[in-house]
Amino acid sequence: MSDTTLTKSDGTSGVGPVEGAPVYDVDNPAPYIEAPRKRTSKTPRSTRGNFEMAAWLFMRLSGVVLVVLVIGHLLIQLVLDGGVSKVGFAFVAGRWASPFWQGWDLLMLWLAMLHGANGLRTVINDYAERPQTRMWLKGLLYAATVFTVLLGTLVIFTFDPNIR
Amino acid sequence: MATPTMDKLEALENDSTSSHLITVTFRIRRFNPEISAEAVWEDFQLEIDPKERVLDGLHKIKWELDGTLTFRRSCAHGICGSDAMRINGKNRLACKTLIKDINPEKPITVEAIKGLTVLKDLVVDMDPFFQAYRDVMPFLVTKGNEPTRERLQSAEDRERFDDTTKCILCAACTSSCPVFWNDGQYFGPAAIVNAHRFIFDSRDEAGEQRLEILNDRDGVWRCRTTFNCTDACPRGIEVTKAIQEVKRALITRRY
Repeated sequence: MSDTTLTKSDGTSGVGPVEGAPVYDVDNPAPYIEAPRKRTSKTPRSTRGNFEMAAWLFMRLSGVVLVVLVIGHLLIQLVLDGGVSKVGFAFVAGRWASPFWQGWDLLMLWLAMLHGANGLRTVINDYAERPQTRMWLKGLLYAATVFTVLLGTLVIFTFDPNIR
Repeated sequence: MATPTMDKLEALENDSTSSHLITVTFRIRRFNPEISAEAVWEDFQLEIDPKERVLDGLHKIKWELDGTLTFRRSCAHGICGSDAMRINGKNRLACKTLIKDINPEKPITVEAIKGLTVLKDLVVDMDPFFQAYRDVMPFLVTKGNEPTRERLQSAEDRERFDDTTKCILCAACTSSCPVFWNDGQYFGPAAIVNAHRFIFDSRDEAGEQRLEILNDRDGVWRCRTTFNCTDACPRGIEVTKAIQEVKRALITRRY
């Protein structure tokens, strides 16, 4: 912003007094307004490559796969063969005896967790304004995601039906 | 001496003006950093023909009621894109919005467009907006010698980017985008629309470069497809569609 207040040679404002106001002048300038957007021609380009594109593409592809996985999962667990009442330790043990269902659940776990975490990451990017808030929220999100994914994977692979 | 016909006309005119005018309240968000750091709503009552535009109401206020009211307008006919403002909560051009179309029974709220620093009343700092526009290189880039004749193009090739040539850079779309409101680092729909205009121009040879610029962290991937931009565009450009086409170009170019 250039300093172009109308000022006559005798130092009085050419605009005339504004009602009810301490008028700012050369000695007492109005507060400088920060620009909301910091990109200039000198701002370095992001070096993160195409991560955002990969993330965007992952959301579309994983979404399509998840529709099949999740609806199939819901059908098996809640609708077919007597519905939810059949689900118990024995039922889970029986399904996880087959590598197919292990693979199904593993894929669903990873895709759903990464899909959800990436969605929340964009929400945090869009809504958390201060860098500190962003950092903490994302840290919490990533920690929870890693924990859940690892714990789930561990359980799927080390599940022992003969547990006492 | 007036002829009887003219008398009749005058009478008719007087009649029609008095019967056509309605009382409208303009509720305008005022901000003057030289007086207060706070913005306040101020009401103005005026008699106005409902077939007039919001801009005419603002003129009436500035010229007859309060000369300190500050807003931008240049051509006043929907071409220059100076007077985009938030009218009744929606981004529109004040010069293309008729009073009768926005329910004059209730107060008409008028405020500056969001996401850009308000300098005074309805005037915002457009620098960040135009910076994003400059960043996408909105000009024809070609290699080799200039041809001695026009650069010819088929009607189909011209049709490909016809929609995005209509942009008047009024910022109604960019300032309606919730992603832009957050930190203002997102390029914004208007810059992407103007990049689209050259990316899909058969005569241009810098499409790759522009796509790479929009592949940035603050580029097209921050678009959440909320369609606010398409709703806000006073030229009826399908803004969200243009953004999706740029995304698709980025994907198909690579895989």
